[in-house]
Amino acid sequence: MIELQNVCRTFTVGDQEVAALRDVDLSFGAGEYISIMGPSGSGKSTMLNMLGLLDRPSSGTYLLDGGNVTELNDAQLARVRREKIGFVFQSFHLVPRLTAAQNVELPMILAGIAAEERKERVQVLMRNYGLSDRADHKPDQLSGGQRQRVAIARATVMNPTVLLADEPTGNLDQATGWEVLKLLEGLLEQGITLVVVTHDAEIGARAHRQIHMLDGRILSDEQQAK
Amino acid sequence: MIMYIRDLITLTSSSFLTYRMRSFLTGLGIAIGIAAVILLTSIGEGLHQFVLSEFSQFGTNIISVQPGKTQTQGGNVGIFGSARPITLEDADALRRLPYVEYVIPGLMGNAEVRFEGKTRRTMVLGEGRDFGKAFTMKVQSGSFWTDADDEQARAQAVIGSKIQQELFGDTNPLGQYLRVGGQRYRVVGVMEAKGQVLGMDMDDAVFIPAARAMELLNRPGLMEVNVSYRADIEADVLIRLIRNRLVEVHGREDFTIISQEQALEVLSSVLDILTFAVGALGAISLLVGAVGILTIMTMAVTERTAEIGLLRALGAREQQVLVLFLGEAMMLSALGGGLGLLLGIGIAQGLHLLVPALPVHTPWMFAALAELTAVSIGMLAGVVPAMRAAKLDPVEALRAE
Repeated sequence: MIELQNVCRTFTVGDQEVAALRDVDLSFGAGEYISIMGPSGSGKSTMLNMLGLLDRPSSGTYLLDGGNVTELNDAQLARVRREKIGFVFQSFHLVPRLTAAQNVELPMILAGIAAEERKERVQVLMRNYGLSDRADHKPDQLSGGQRQRVAIARATVMNPTVLLADEPTGNLDQATGWEVLKLLEGLLEQGITLVVVTHDAEIGARAHRQIHMLDGRILSDEQQAK
Repeated sequence: MIMYIRDLITLTSSSFLTYRMRSFLTGLGIAIGIAAVILLTSIGEGLHQFVLSEFSQFGTNIISVQPGKTQTQGGNVGIFGSARPITLEDADALRRLPYVEYVIPGLMGNAEVRFEGKTRRTMVLGEGRDFGKAFTMKVQSGSFWTDADDEQARAQAVIGSKIQQELFGDTNPLGQYLRVGGQRYRVVGVMEAKGQVLGMDMDDAVFIPAARAMELLNRPGLMEVNVSYRADIEADVLIRLIRNRLVEVHGREDFTIISQEQALEVLSSVLDILTFAVGALGAISLLVGAVGILTIMTMAVTERTAEIGLLRALGAREQQVLVLFLGEAMMLSALGGGLGLLLGIGIAQGLHLLVPALPVHTPWMFAALAELTAVSIGMLAGVVPAMRAAKLDPVEALRAE
């Protein structure tokens, strides 16, 4: 379903070329639970941005659902991001001016979905995530766990095939962190592919497939017995 | 499709509500500019209409012929100079031209009028019998004299309403004898009150036949001949006819032809420029408002960099980000413009209430144009920050906090 072939990503810093990803080959199928671990600077964030189509490879090919997405233009990339990819960030990235419900609604506004349908889908999600009584609250009136749940609701409202989580528990206390993680893992039952980037070994160990990175290369790729 | 307008408004107003003070002040910058433009053009346009209505009080299909040729700028010296005078025969000659409706010989002076021991120094107007028909001035009671021959017109007079009040009081003046400069005139008509026209009190005047006025005022000729013509004929046509006829009679062009219509056109264009000039003055403050919007939108893009990254991650196209920021700038200036319209029209009307003499007029066209200008300014000021927002690299933008 997702296939990276010989993907390289180099940045130019000053007059030096820095390679963030070097010849990465990686493929995974629907419904997989993958963790990407490694020290900072190992290229795991670049990998996540690459998978999320926010960044383009300097060379190599990225196939998503069989299609080559390295050749798409901005509008096409945006469409793929909108329809197939969900993001969950460490710092939640909620729009502070909008209510919880409006934040969840945002991807559907960008997709041009009619207001009635949006309202329905937001209501269902908010109920599922236990946020019904928080729908009209602004992000700064919510606890960290609630914020991340709003962010997860927003990431899943378009029914993506891949959910990319970048240190999703990084800004939460341990108990809330586990709660959020369980919520994400629950999405696997719906057939979503979950990719979690973390440097917390304990969290990474929960994934069925663990990828370790170092210096822009995949160091190990271990499949765990379920 | 880029986005539902309703969603754009919801998203945009959420940022106005968050940054209430700052949005208000920025909008106020535009509002002051629009208010200045509206106020100044309202006064300019009011003045325009006022002046035009003053000048067209006597009617517009009138061409005036005066003795002496205006060579350069400045006053026409013919009235007092030694050019060949325009006579009643000249007026008769013009009367026979095609398209001409009335020909009114005219001259003006001062004389003492007396009735039963009451005297008053007043304006004496030597006119023709068709005066009341050619000009938009009405006779209230009686009528102008009817003698067909201007030269032999009997000593009859039409008096202004003020003369009636001052000299006759409750007495019916019709049929009474009034002394004008020592001569006896029978009063045949009383004019309707007209008020001041270009600083002359038309009610404080006595109208007598032109031939008698020339004699009374001791003048060799007329000060002017007014020719009224059919409304469907161009002024140019009549001017040519009049010039040819008078050159025929006089042998050379020693007279000046002034057409109301052309004079009004020139005046009108001058006043238009005036209105435009004061409007442009107001527009300078609009420019300041535009800089305010540019500043605020540049700040907004910087502050919301992470948000822009997020929008891109959620599937926003560059175009959508552009529209979001451009829409915000335009909405801000549209609201400011609306406020400015209210302010400008409000102040203009308030001024008019305080100083009724100050004419004020706001054409809807100006208001619509001003609002359109405000929105365009918002667009122009917003386009650079919005483009910057759209072109941000999503990865970089997401990293910003």
